Amino acid sequence: MTTPALVVEGLYKTYALPDGGRTTAVDTVSFTVPAGGSLGIVGESGSGKTTVARMLVDLVRPDAGTITVNGRERTPGVRGGRPRGPVGRGAERLRRAREIQIVFQDPYVSLDPRLSARQCLHGALRLHGRHQGRAATTRVDELLDQVGLGKREAEARPRGLSGGQCQRLAIARALAVEPEVLVLDEAVAALDVSIQAQILLLLAEIRRETGVALVFVSHDLAVVGHVTDDTLVMRRGRAVETGPTARVLDAPEDPYTRLLLSSVPREGWDPAETVRMRGQLTPEP
Amino acid sequence: MLRGLPRRLAGLFATLFAASFVIFAAAYAAPGDPAVLLSGSRQELTPEKLAAVRAQYHLDEPLVVQYGRWLWDSAQGDLGRSFQYRDHVADLIGARLPTTLELVAYATVFFVILGVGSGVLAALRRGWVDSAVVGGTTLAASVPSFVAAIALVSLFGVRLGWFPVTGQGEGFTGRLHHLTLPAFALALGALAVISRVTRQAMAEAYASDHVDAARASGMAERQIVIRHVLRNALGPIVTMCGLVMAGMLAGTVVVETAFGLSGVGSLLVSAISTHDFPVTQAVLLLMVIGYVVVTTLVDLVHPLIDPRVSRGTKRHTAKRVKTA
Repeated sequence: MTTPALVVEGLYKTYALPDGGRTTAVDTVSFTVPAGGSLGIVGESGSGKTTVARMLVDLVRPDAGTITVNGRERTPGVRGGRPRGPVGRGAERLRRAREIQIVFQDPYVSLDPRLSARQCLHGALRLHGRHQGRAATTRVDELLDQVGLGKREAEARPRGLSGGQCQRLAIARALAVEPEVLVLDEAVAALDVSIQAQILLLLAEIRRETGVALVFVSHDLAVVGHVTDDTLVMRRGRAVETGPTARVLDAPEDPYTRLLLSSVPREGWDPAETVRMRGQLTPEP
Repeated sequence: MLRGLPRRLAGLFATLFAASFVIFAAAYAAPGDPAVLLSGSRQELTPEKLAAVRAQYHLDEPLVVQYGRWLWDSAQGDLGRSFQYRDHVADLIGARLPTTLELVAYATVFFVILGVGSGVLAALRRGWVDSAVVGGTTLAASVPSFVAAIALVSLFGVRLGWFPVTGQGEGFTGRLHHLTLPAFALALGALAVISRVTRQAMAEAYASDHVDAARASGMAERQIVIRHVLRNALGPIVTMCGLVMAGMLAGTVVVETAFGLSGVGSLLVSAISTHDFPVTQAVLLLMVIGYVVVTTLVDLVHPLIDPRVSRGTKRHTAKRVKTA
C-alpha cells in the first residue's frame, strides 16, 4: 500500500471572542487523502471548512492535531507563537510550500494586480529556484499552456483577464511550485456556471497528468460531486459524515448531509421542506 | 503616461489663468489706496500728485486692462517693481526663493521618512505600537507649528544647544544645520496625515488574498511586505506626499517668521501689510504655480507606480462585468 498524500489527524482550532471566551472553529477533524486522490470538504458558511484549508497551508496555526504529507509530518509547534505567517525560515519554509499549495475563492484579489501572468509565474519559480534563465521561461510557457492561457493572457495583468482566466493563472501559480497537495478553497464559487465547468474539467485533467492530490473545499455539493472521490461533511467545526462521494450524495447518513442535499434547487424543489428539516436539526448552541 | 499630457497641460494653464485673475482682482479689491503709499509723505499729498502717481503706475485704468498688462508682463518675466523697496519683484523673490524651497524640500524628507516609516510600522505591528504611532502623530498634528517651533527652539536650540535658532547659515552643511529645526517644525503637522494614509493603504494591501497566496508559496514575510504590500500601497502614499509638499510651499510663513528666516513666506507677509501689490501678486502666483505643477507631476507619475490606474481602465471594467 502506498503512503497517503495527506493525513490529517485531530485538527483543532479555537478563536478568541471579544468577550474573553473562545469559540471552536474546528473540532477534532481527521481525514486522509490517498496519493493522487481527491477529497471534498463541504459545509455551510461558518462550518470551519475554510479554517481547515488555511491550517493546511500554514496560514492559520492549529491548536492541536497533526498534518502529514507523504509521510512527513509538517505540523508546527502547537503552542504560542505569532498567529499568522509561515513557520520556520528559508529552505524549510520553501519545502513546506512545495508540499501544499492553495487556490483562493476570489481570483481578482488573490493575484497581485501589478504583475502580469508571466511575471507572476516567474516570481513563483524564482522563489523556489527550480528553473533558471531560459529554462524558467520554458517552464512558464508550459504552465500557461497547462492551464489553457494563451500569448495575450501571458502579458496581461489580472485587470485584463476574466474571472475564469484569473483563476487559471492562480492554479498555474500554485502548480509552479510543484506541490504534492493542492487545496482549492471555494475556487469556483466566484465564477459563473459555464466557467465553473471549464475550471473543474481543468482540475480533473491536471490531477490526471500530474498526480497531485486535491482537497476541494466548497459549499456546493454539485461541484464536489463532479471532482472528488471522497467527501467530508462539516457542521459547526465537526466532521459529521465522511465517505466515498457517490455514497454520501446518494445515501446520506447524517441528517445534516440530507439537509444540504435537499437545499440544492432542482425540479419540484420545495424550499419550505428544507426550512422544516433545518428546524428538526439539533439547535445551535 | 504621455497620452493624457496635452489635456493635463491645458488644465494646468486654465487653472493658472483663473488663479492669476483671482489673485489680481483680490489685490485690486483690497482696502487701502496704493497710490497713497506710493506718493510717500502724507503731508504734501495733493489730489494732483495722487493723480500723477496713479497715472504713472497705471492705477487709473480699468481692472481688466490692468490685469491684461500685468499678465502680459508676467508672462515675459517682468513681474514689475515693488512699491515698498522700489526693486524688481523678480530679484526680491529670487533672493528669497532658495531658502523656502530648501526648507520645503528638507521638511519633505522629514515627513516622508518619519511619516511613511511610522505608518508602515503601525500597519505591521498592530497593538500598542500602532496605538502609539496614531496617538503620537495626532498629537504632533494638533500642535500649531509656531508652538512646536518655540518648543523645539527652547529644547534643541537653547537648552541642548545642538542647533542654531535663527538665520539660514553658510554653505551646504551650514544651511542644513540651520534649517533642521525649522524643517522639522514644518514637517510635524504633516506626519499624522502621511502616517495615517500609509497605514491605511498598507492595511488594505495586506488584506488581499494575494498576500496570503505569497505567504503560502513560502515567501519570507519581509519580502511579502516589500514586494506585495508596500508596492501596492505606494499609489495613495505618493499622491498624499505630493499634495502635502505642494501645500507646504504656501505654508512656510509661520515657520520662517518663528526662526527668522528670510524666505518667500515672510516676504509675502510684509508685502501684504504694506499694500505692496506687485510683490503680493507675484508671490501668490508663484505659490499657485508651485502647487499646480507639483500636483500635475504626481498625477503623471501615478500610472508608473500603480499600473491599475494606467490605460484602458474603462474597457477592462466593462469586460469584467460581462465575464465575472
